[in-house]
Amino acid sequence: MSTAGTIRIVVLLTAVAGLEAACRSGLIAPFSIVPPSAMLVSAFRILASGEYTADILATLGTVALAAVLSIAVGFAFGVILYLFPRLKRAADPFLASYYAVPSFIFYPLFIVMFGLNRWPLVAVAFIFSCVAMTIATIDGFLNVRPILRKVAQSMHLSRSQMIRLILLPAALPYLFTGIKLAIAYAFIGVIAGEFIQAGSGLGYRIAFAYESFQTGTMYGLLLILLTCVVSVNTVLGVRERRLYERLNR
Amino acid sequence: MPQLERSESSSHPESVIPIEPNGHQIHVSAKGLVRIFPATVNRVPLQALGPLDLDLRSGEFFSVVGPSGCGKSTLLDLVAGLGKPTAGTVSFEGRPVMGAVPDGVGVVFQEDATFPWLNVFDNAAFGIRRQKVSKEEIHERVSDALRLTGLSGFTNAYPAQLSGGMRQRVCIARTLVMRPRLILLDEPFGALDQQTRLLMGDELLRLWRETGATILLITHSLDEATLLSDRVGVMSARPGRFIDIIETNWPRDRDSRIASSASFGEVNARIWTQLRDESLKSMQGTS
Repeated sequence: MSTAGTIRIVVLLTAVAGLEAACRSGLIAPFSIVPPSAMLVSAFRILASGEYTADILATLGTVALAAVLSIAVGFAFGVILYLFPRLKRAADPFLASYYAVPSFIFYPLFIVMFGLNRWPLVAVAFIFSCVAMTIATIDGFLNVRPILRKVAQSMHLSRSQMIRLILLPAALPYLFTGIKLAIAYAFIGVIAGEFIQAGSGLGYRIAFAYESFQTGTMYGLLLILLTCVVSVNTVLGVRERRLYERLNR
Repeated sequence: MPQLERSESSSHPESVIPIEPNGHQIHVSAKGLVRIFPATVNRVPLQALGPLDLDLRSGEFFSVVGPSGCGKSTLLDLVAGLGKPTAGTVSFEGRPVMGAVPDGVGVVFQEDATFPWLNVFDNAAFGIRRQKVSKEEIHERVSDALRLTGLSGFTNAYPAQLSGGMRQRVCIARTLVMRPRLILLDEPFGALDQQTRLLMGDELLRLWRETGATILLITHSLDEATLLSDRVGVMSARPGRFIDIIETNWPRDRDSRIASSASFGEVNARIWTQLRDESLKSMQGTS
């Protein structure tokens, strides 16, 4: 393992052990934070009981749906804006200021439009994450080295071949970043939406446990959520590293 | 290497290839070339090139030297069909070049133009895969080109694993696979160190002999031009025109060791005499 990796694990373990010690010694009231070991036990109990399984799966499903939609639509927007520079120039100020708008203010509106079900969550996560993919796509295409286009031109590539064979692979690192961001934002969107207003789902259950002082359950659910997010991120990270190993000079 | 021999011009019966009075076949002919970059918001129109005439003889090695900014690369773009002249015409094998790179013309650029997501073999095969050629033939032609460029042992390597010189060879291999009858090189060794440059020059000479292609080399290195070429065209400061075209009279079978011969110094000195004033002009113009 690399030195950085060792340091990372040591820091993490120290923090967890410190928290455990602080909780056990009574320095931190069990009412606010339960010891990490108890979180782990609680998480296993939650998973074993099956009581929350439907909520967890529903939330993951909603996140997946929102992420796939965001990536597909965000990518398509990116391609369109790249192909029509005038359109892009018109859209630039909106793209630049997009994340200044707190997207969640539209969540109540989506509930009114779609009803209290999965779709307002998909919608709010979608508007939150889609533009990240669009911006990454445009950046990726704009950063393709001009010389590669010149080579393509000297080989008589058609417009579609140019996109498929040159622009897409050359922009891949950027697209990957877009995909990672879109998934992270989809998680945030869905969980935050469930926190605000929902009748089921992991975020709803966490908020419910918080409000009904079930501290142990709340931390167990948080741990499960964190594990999901970290796993997805790790898988993507490994794929990304392989990609960079090949491309980096 | 019969696989890489250039196809005979008889395969293009409709083209008319002009002959110089002294018996040389004209492969590329540029007449009255002018390139003016139009005005933009913060720039006045800029005449980058010409008017300029250039005839390349079939199978010759022609180098262009000139002060920086004199339009050498613009000239190459126009000959390649990568750019359109403001005035004048270019013809390749008797047919006009109009806004597209003609079949039979290969271009190698100064910048690293390898595709980082493809390995050496796929990089070299990129152009030929876009044509209707059988898998076996692709494999054969790519293998030949990689052998010629000394890359046979690196077919599965990615550009990131190669040195700058080797990446440039990948680009040359990618061009050779297409069996060009005219190879245009825009400062292909500009980013390489001096030793690598000399050796790459020798390799280029060998490829030139083995393929029989006509070569137009743009370079800012006087030595490189003198060393490699049958003829050296010396360009003026912007707008670039030819102020002299010098015959080196080297034997076809030559390599970088001719640098130690007496006539190398003579040719080099003659080119520099022509170029010095122009380079000064260009320096004063830009400072």
